[in-house]
Amino acid sequence: MNSNQKPKTIIDKIWDKHVVKAIDPETSVFYIDRHFIHEVTSPQAFSGLNNRGLKVARPHKTVATADHNIPTQNQHLTIHDELSRLQVNTLNKNCAENGIELYGLNHPYNGIVHVIGPELGITQPGMTIVCGDSHTSTHGAFGTIAFGIGTSEVEMVLASQCLILSKPKRMRINVDGKLGKGLKSKDIILYIISKISASGATGYFVEFAGSAIRDLSMEARMTICNMSIEMGARGGLIAPDQTTYDYIKGREMAPKGEEWDKDLAYWKTLPSDPDAVFDKELYFDASDIEPMITYGTNPGMGLGISEKIPTLDEIEPQSHASFKKSLEYMGHSPGDEMLGKKVDYVFVGSCTNGRIEDLRAFAGFIKGKKKAENITAWIVPGSKQVEAQAKKEGLDKILAEAGFELRQPGCSACLAMNEDKIPEGKYAVSTSNRNFEGRQGPGARTMLASPLTAAAVAITGRITDPREFLLETEKI
Amino acid sequence: MPIEKFVKLTSTCVPLPVENVDTDQITPARFLKATTRQGFGNKLFFDWRYAPGGKPREDFVLNNPEFSGSILVAGKNFGSGSSREHAAWALYDYGFKVVVSSFFADIFKSNALNNGLLPVQVSEDFIARIFEAIEKDSKTTLTVDLENQTISIDSLQISESFEISAYKKSCLLNGYDDIDYLVSKSAEIERWEEADTLNA
Repeated sequence: MNSNQKPKTIIDKIWDKHVVKAIDPETSVFYIDRHFIHEVTSPQAFSGLNNRGLKVARPHKTVATADHNIPTQNQHLTIHDELSRLQVNTLNKNCAENGIELYGLNHPYNGIVHVIGPELGITQPGMTIVCGDSHTSTHGAFGTIAFGIGTSEVEMVLASQCLILSKPKRMRINVDGKLGKGLKSKDIILYIISKISASGATGYFVEFAGSAIRDLSMEARMTICNMSIEMGARGGLIAPDQTTYDYIKGREMAPKGEEWDKDLAYWKTLPSDPDAVFDKELYFDASDIEPMITYGTNPGMGLGISEKIPTLDEIEPQSHASFKKSLEYMGHSPGDEMLGKKVDYVFVGSCTNGRIEDLRAFAGFIKGKKKAENITAWIVPGSKQVEAQAKKEGLDKILAEAGFELRQPGCSACLAMNEDKIPEGKYAVSTSNRNFEGRQGPGARTMLASPLTAAAVAITGRITDPREFLLETEKI
Repeated sequence: MPIEKFVKLTSTCVPLPVENVDTDQITPARFLKATTRQGFGNKLFFDWRYAPGGKPREDFVLNNPEFSGSILVAGKNFGSGSSREHAAWALYDYGFKVVVSSFFADIFKSNALNNGLLPVQVSEDFIARIFEAIEKDSKTTLTVDLENQTISIDSLQISESFEISAYKKSCLLNGYDDIDYLVSKSAEIERWEEADTLNA
């Protein structure tokens, strides 16, 4: 840091570097380094460009994948659903016509957009990254300004590689202390959201910091940043460190040789200056956290697995109607215990928890055990590369021996745009990111949890604390 | 596609006093398979509006003939969750020009503004007054004046001011569109890229 400059947060450092031009004191033209697109939120952007007679301004800065609509079985066959097939074919056509790199269905790099960006080394510290998808915040784990946009904004980026934005406020969430055994980073982020609510960070860009965050692997960090949007944040990031550099080095599209050295030197300047001031700072202790589960219909309605659902007198009077509506949908009552509730489905996957470490954690837990008879389980890798790695490690066999099947990659039951829908009224414990009404299929009842809690539920058929098994075996 | 101008509007309103209305409710995911922007109005709040099988749910406000108008008044944290712009398209296509809430999710707010749908953020007190007034008289009108950045409950003659970025305000008042602006700056963007490459 130059001694006569004001100390800056990592958010300011990256943001300010990408301002092309100020329009007025609060609004500027903002440059986007990497743009990801998928089949659902891009077709109207391409047709908008065509209607204006415009071309894609920087085709090599956009990367495409098909993930939301695709089946997770028999991917070598034609997509059965006509509208899904049309959307995927429209993406193929738009990419071909505009010279955009596409990792479409059956490509060895295909997968969920927020899984493939990092695993291919496309996502790098200091970048600005957008996608017509709110979980773009995932890429923040690498120290990037990454956030979801709407289709009009996808069109803007295609047309100009820029957006018109006002700078968000800055928040730092510090998590210190040691996370207990049987817990995952998913429990940290569900805990934070349960404390600050589904709108607790709206208007802010968040830096996650503290020793409990530093201790996490890159994949675990991605889970945290992925769910920043679930507390309303524009995005969330973690400053790059040795863990980040070790993850990126050697990946397909990572810088190499001299370029690596130059980029690394820049990345090391990114962390927030010691005296940098945030608009808001919050502090949490990781040792306070137990395995988390949600009980309601937004991700803020979560609690420690041994806790009871709040009673009406614990809820603000003006929120009573919404609280009751939510519990009615879920078929829960105020004051209910979560432990022991019967579950019908388990979904492991999504951009939140569909990476190899998640599959390893699940497979490690269920190894030598048997799936509960009342459970239907869908284990869905986040990408073709995750699928291949899982098979290489024999995870598919461990799963099969316990009565589980490893499916093919895609967004799957996280938003149920393909065939993977939880039936009406059924309970699903899901490692994904949203428990909204109907999110996993019309009438489906979702309870969000970590891959370890999902594994414990898959074995017992009921809401179960994964630590019960740990104390027995201490194997994990 | 330039947006429609918005200057001033007086209308009856539709009350939806539910908090945390997420975009999955506004437009359920299974309707996102379209490749055009048209026709989302009849998908608006689909699973709240229709029972499985398609019968309208009588207890949902859009099925109650007593309430109509081009202003939706909703509980706090409206538009949370998915970035799907289909939510803004559905509201606009249905006929809403303004959504009033005490709190909006960020991405929804941008999407709404990019489609000429004005999100008006008011205080908790003010929105409680609006809900009360509608409960007393379903024909209560609100007036939203973008030029002066005010919203009024006409029968009570009370009003509150709301915030909007100066840039977005001018876009709405004039029907300007971000893409026209950005494309007009392409030379500056190119110069910035060249300088960035040299610095990098």
